[in-house]
Amino acid sequence: MKPDPQKLPRRVIARLDIKGPNLVKGIHLEGLRVIGDPAEHAVRYYQAGADELLYIDIVASLYERNNLVDVVSRTASEIFVPLTVGGGIRKVDDIHQLLRAGADKVAINTGAIRRPELIAEASRTFGSQCIVVSIEAKRRREGGWEAYTDNGRERTGLDVVEWAQRAVELGAGEVLVTSVDAEGTRKGFDLELVQTLGPRLPVPVIACGGAGSIDHVVSAFDRGADAVAVASILHYKTESMGSLKAGLAARGLEVRS
Amino acid sequence: MSPRVTVIDYGIGNIHSVLKALRHQGAEVTLATAPDAIAGADRLVLPGVGAFGDGMRALTARGQLDAIREYVLLSRPLLGICLGMQLLLAESEEFGHHRGLGLIEGSVRAIENRPTVKVPQIGWNRIVPPPGGSWDGTLLEPLPSGTMMYFVHSFTAAPTHETDRLADADYGGQRISAAVQRGNVIGCQFHPEKSGSAGLRVIDRFLTI
Repeated sequence: MKPDPQKLPRRVIARLDIKGPNLVKGIHLEGLRVIGDPAEHAVRYYQAGADELLYIDIVASLYERNNLVDVVSRTASEIFVPLTVGGGIRKVDDIHQLLRAGADKVAINTGAIRRPELIAEASRTFGSQCIVVSIEAKRRREGGWEAYTDNGRERTGLDVVEWAQRAVELGAGEVLVTSVDAEGTRKGFDLELVQTLGPRLPVPVIACGGAGSIDHVVSAFDRGADAVAVASILHYKTESMGSLKAGLAARGLEVRS
Repeated sequence: MSPRVTVIDYGIGNIHSVLKALRHQGAEVTLATAPDAIAGADRLVLPGVGAFGDGMRALTARGQLDAIREYVLLSRPLLGICLGMQLLLAESEEFGHHRGLGLIEGSVRAIENRPTVKVPQIGWNRIVPPPGGSWDGTLLEPLPSGTMMYFVHSFTAAPTHETDRLADADYGGQRISAAVQRGNVIGCQFHPEKSGSAGLRVIDRFLTI
């Protein structure tokens, strides 16, 4: 594949799922295993060349609490690439709190589905560039994808493509789409999902869920992802951020070294 | 002695990252609203993310416009970042017509929404000196041509004079003004505070200008 001159260098985002004080990782967003200290991992990924970092507090939605502020403030002073933080955001004031702690953008899932106006309020207050709408997508038996919340447990009845388009109309600056089916499997992205959303949305689409090899990441970019978020491949040391980006460059993709 | 930097607080956007990066590079940072503190600064940063009209209204309401102009007359360095860079220009067409600070002639216009690119531009892009230009002795001196910096914007500055351009970027065939400079007035469209180690080198350089 040739580098596409119309595209920006490909963004590789390190995703860190956080539960309480721990960095965790699951499969299909469930069966969480403790990986270690989120701060230590975040700084290491930043130093190794992550283009952005993404923290998701994966229990915040379930128990209506927010542990993130502490982890954000402990790491933000050492990280000088964009930091997106999500989990349990219900109102504009939650966003204020995370930005004050050092986040640059916030990712909103459940809060936006329950009350879509939150996207409009948040983008009016902080600008669209600050608001990432996060969608957990699960394949429907009859075709297409349904948006879920609470780590792929709660159905919403919303069609992923329609919801993503609505979120952009309401002011989302980026859309993070996580395939619940592929997440944690390290067997590759749901490429059909990436291909359906990437070229269709007028804002950047971040593909997440399933990256287990450099070739998987190449395929996601190939199908129209503007950025890719990876987790297991880094946490379990299949690749380092450095070897992942070197591999993408070796396969003809332009990345930041 | 630590270099002293005053960051203008005009209530626009998230400025925590700018403060954090300046402090990390050893600056003694003051956040200032008062016109006196702005006019009397050693080094001044105009940060900001958001809409041009909101930015000008906020600066006007706080009496900061004249303070910035007064400061600039003293030939001390002013660095505008993102919206802060755009506000340095004379005018903008973002949601209507607005006058800017006018420290750099030219206007701010929308990035063309061509089918090949997404707007806003969000991500890393290479910056290069404008044709025939050089970064010797400038804020960008520490960087090799082609260094990738982090951008988040929907509007772009179009300086009237080619000599006011410090760096360009290419976005799907459109020429994006990545940095501008006229004398002691400097602006960068990218976020040095979010551009990794390359961005921190730019901040270091600003602290020694």
